Amino acid sequence: MIKLNINKKIYNLDADPEMPLLWVLRDVVGLIGTKYGCGVAQCGACVVHLDGEAVRSCVTKLSRAEGKKVITIEGLSENHTHPLQQAWLELDVSQCGYCQAGQIMSAAVLLNENKKPSDQDIDDAMAGNICRCGTYLRIREAIHLASEIQGKERS
Amino acid sequence: MEKTKSNINRRSFLKASALLGGGLMIQFSALAKFDLPAKSVDGINAFPWNEINGYIKITSDNVIKIINPNPEFGQNVMTSLPMIVAEELDVDWKKVIVEMGPHDSVKLGAQFTGGSNSMRMYWRPLREAGATARQMLMEAAAQTWAVPVEEVTAKAGVLGHEKSGKTASYGDLAAKASSLPVPKGVKLKDVKSFNVVRNSQKNVEGAKIVSGKPLFGLDYKHEGMLIAMIQHPPAFGMTFKSFDGSQALKMPGIKSVFSLKLYEDGFEQGGFDTRTFNDVLVVVGKTTWEVMNARKKLIVEWVPAGDVKDTMAGRGGKREVVVPGELENTADQHAKMVEYANKPAQVLRKDGDPETAFKNAAQIIERTFNAPFLAHNCMEPMNFFAHVTDEKALLVGPLQAPGWTEPTLVKVLKLPADKIEIQMTRMGGGFGRRAYGHYLVEAALISKKVNAPVKLIYSREDDTTYGIYRPMYTATYRAALDANKNLIAFHVKGGGIPEHAIHPNRFPAGAVDNYLAEGWQIPSNITIGAFRAPRSNFNAAAEQSFLDELAEAMGKDPIDFRLELLKRAKDTPVGKNNEYDADRYAGVLKLVKEKSGWNGPEHKKFSRGVAAYFCHSSYAAHVVDMTTKDGQPYVERVFSAIDCGIVINPDAATNMVQGAVVDGIGNAMYGGLTHKNGVVEESNFHKYRLIRMHEAPKKVEVHFIKNDIDPTGLGEPPFPPVFGAVANALYKASGRRFYQQPFSSPQPSAIPAV
Ligand code: FES
Ligand code: FES
Repeated sequence: MIKLNINKKIYNLDADPEMPLLWVLRDVVGLIGTKYGCGVAQCGACVVHLDGEAVRSCVTKLSRAEGKKVITIEGLSENHTHPLQQAWLELDVSQCGYCQAGQIMSAAVLLNENKKPSDQDIDDAMAGNICRCGTYLRIREAIHLASEIQGKERS
Repeated sequence: MEKTKSNINRRSFLKASALLGGGLMIQFSALAKFDLPAKSVDGINAFPWNEINGYIKITSDNVIKIINPNPEFGQNVMTSLPMIVAEELDVDWKKVIVEMGPHDSVKLGAQFTGGSNSMRMYWRPLREAGATARQMLMEAAAQTWAVPVEEVTAKAGVLGHEKSGKTASYGDLAAKASSLPVPKGVKLKDVKSFNVVRNSQKNVEGAKIVSGKPLFGLDYKHEGMLIAMIQHPPAFGMTFKSFDGSQALKMPGIKSVFSLKLYEDGFEQGGFDTRTFNDVLVVVGKTTWEVMNARKKLIVEWVPAGDVKDTMAGRGGKREVVVPGELENTADQHAKMVEYANKPAQVLRKDGDPETAFKNAAQIIERTFNAPFLAHNCMEPMNFFAHVTDEKALLVGPLQAPGWTEPTLVKVLKLPADKIEIQMTRMGGGFGRRAYGHYLVEAALISKKVNAPVKLIYSREDDTTYGIYRPMYTATYRAALDANKNLIAFHVKGGGIPEHAIHPNRFPAGAVDNYLAEGWQIPSNITIGAFRAPRSNFNAAAEQSFLDELAEAMGKDPIDFRLELLKRAKDTPVGKNNEYDADRYAGVLKLVKEKSGWNGPEHKKFSRGVAAYFCHSSYAAHVVDMTTKDGQPYVERVFSAIDCGIVINPDAATNMVQGAVVDGIGNAMYGGLTHKNGVVEESNFHKYRLIRMHEAPKKVEVHFIKNDIDPTGLGEPPFPPVFGAVANALYKASGRRFYQQPFSSPQPSAIPAV
């Protein structure tokens, strides 16, 4: 049994400690918001937070997550109220939408560390997230907007 | 996909409304509370719906549901098609809920996502469905109130009769309306009076997407569901001979390992029955990761397949084809193309006397353009759920064209069509790839074999290396100029593996007196199919760079040169079958010229390239502004002008054009698939380069031509000309022409300047 804290809930999981967190989340726990895109740390569709850090769950073994706090897209906020989710909806960023959970999870860590990221900061932080539909321009704009929303919420 | 679950039921729904004060409108705000702006509400299926027609259902509480017929793969039809119904039905869009319809061609039409067809195909039927339902509601009100129907009004979901002061909601009369005869020839609204359509409406599934709700095929769950994966032969041209699955079977979580034959010998394949391999191995187990691990333990003997006979049906009638057995290499493919390019080819169109014109030319310009195979790389790999029993089949997942796959399932499963239920989930991209339903057939046969509900999942590597690709293309363009540098003849000879890309009746056909288009093709075992704007995605690169080079040789501005040709095509068109409308084509060029400040001060700041193209009934032109970033060419800005007729949902349409531009830059610069002894060399994203954030432009400014033409499609048309515009900007940036895609790859040695 491995004890896992996912989205502030404790799970006791009977799973191989070698199993990547991605498949633990999707196939064992049943949280499917975290997506499979490549399985080899290339696309960012599977990004989750591990103690506040963005990790690619497809190459993160379950054993590494033990004792740490896992946050997935489902736990980012209640009712899609995180500034990034608000901005994403405001600018209607998504096309197919498949990459967007990973994009938002990567952007969330960026915004935590850098309250007012520049275009260059965004390009650097988001280079690991592929959007096959090409919504990059709106993602960039939405991160700027979220940074504004975040600023207002804090003041 | 939570259709079977119900997270609210009618009782709690009513209670919620009552708490908020009851009444018609308040009920909607109760709905809004838990779901808006995600307008697709799960669980409402428990309500007693009055079905007015296949697209419209209304409860007596006035909850209005619109069914989207066409599969959603990011083109936003889940929002834009229901908008059309809502417009004619005359309801408040904010209060409408939307649901993806199942496969049901009787109620929901052809249900085919592809060919930029959704709007063209559904524009009229959906307007009629909305208007007819509105008429039936008015008729129901007239009968109930015993007043002439002409005196009944229907606006924003409310029926009224002014003289008597009577009003009712659509819901009040929905039951009665649904029992009335369906009127014919109902009058449609004037497109100028639209207030839902032609206004930007948000993606109805936006909130679900950003909060990780189950939407996609990979997210679908079913009681007792197992996971299956397929082990394909390692190379095109190979086949399976024997295997030992005992080690794999011993791995944790594994239920079954077996070989599977898809189509029986002599199976008549329709145009969309393409599959990469007919004999495959299957591993079935509990979780994806366990199945992935067990695959590594398979011991398989693969052998060269040799030449294989296939029976094709559909377009072109029934015929036997021989698929060659060669294990192909990219270098040989190139060499073979050069060899074929020098052989006589099939004449596709001929105007005037091109041979004589070329003989008499003062100058001939000849250039050859090449492009590689491309993989679709949908972000969500291929997958499908199937539960097949002796009596029936349920299939759920991402699919562009259920109507094309169903007849195949009927044949393969030997079940009648009405026992096969297909549900379409949201797709994590499609780009043409998911028009080929072989993965449903695979999933269905696997489920049948293991006698359990199964989800078939392709790994990324499976998806990339066993694809149904964009073909490999080449084309040689020749132009003859007279002593005054007038264009007197134009010749294109194109080929491909295994198909050429030539559209013989497209621009500049019709604009040149002496014109010749020819095509040839080389058979191959590498499976190909539709890829966003098939054929056009190559032509627009080759032809539009050639025209740029030609304009330069003639000492003309590239936009003016195209406009001159289009004027000719309009005033005195050559030939009869010209597919394009020269005015609309010229329209997007003029608009992009104006908006980009062509030849203005901006010209000096950037290396600029222009291109335009017509395909899928719409017109697109781009001006690409290139700079360098970290020593690499970088498209910093793009101006786009589009004529797709009426724009249904402007902001979403803009998003789609921006996406097409990014996709175009990405594929033009980096896209490509190569083979070594039949093996695809780019197995995953570390080798198959896709465009990333820092390579995407800072700005893509999109302008639509404003007209009242019925919508002519948008998913594909903006994509092809991006390739040409990028090539032309690269020339300005580097002084070199780029003839070989992807443009980031080494270019053929210098070609003499004109
Ligand atoms: S699935 Fe993990 S990075 Fe692609
Ligand atoms: S929205 Fe489709 S992959 Fe990003």
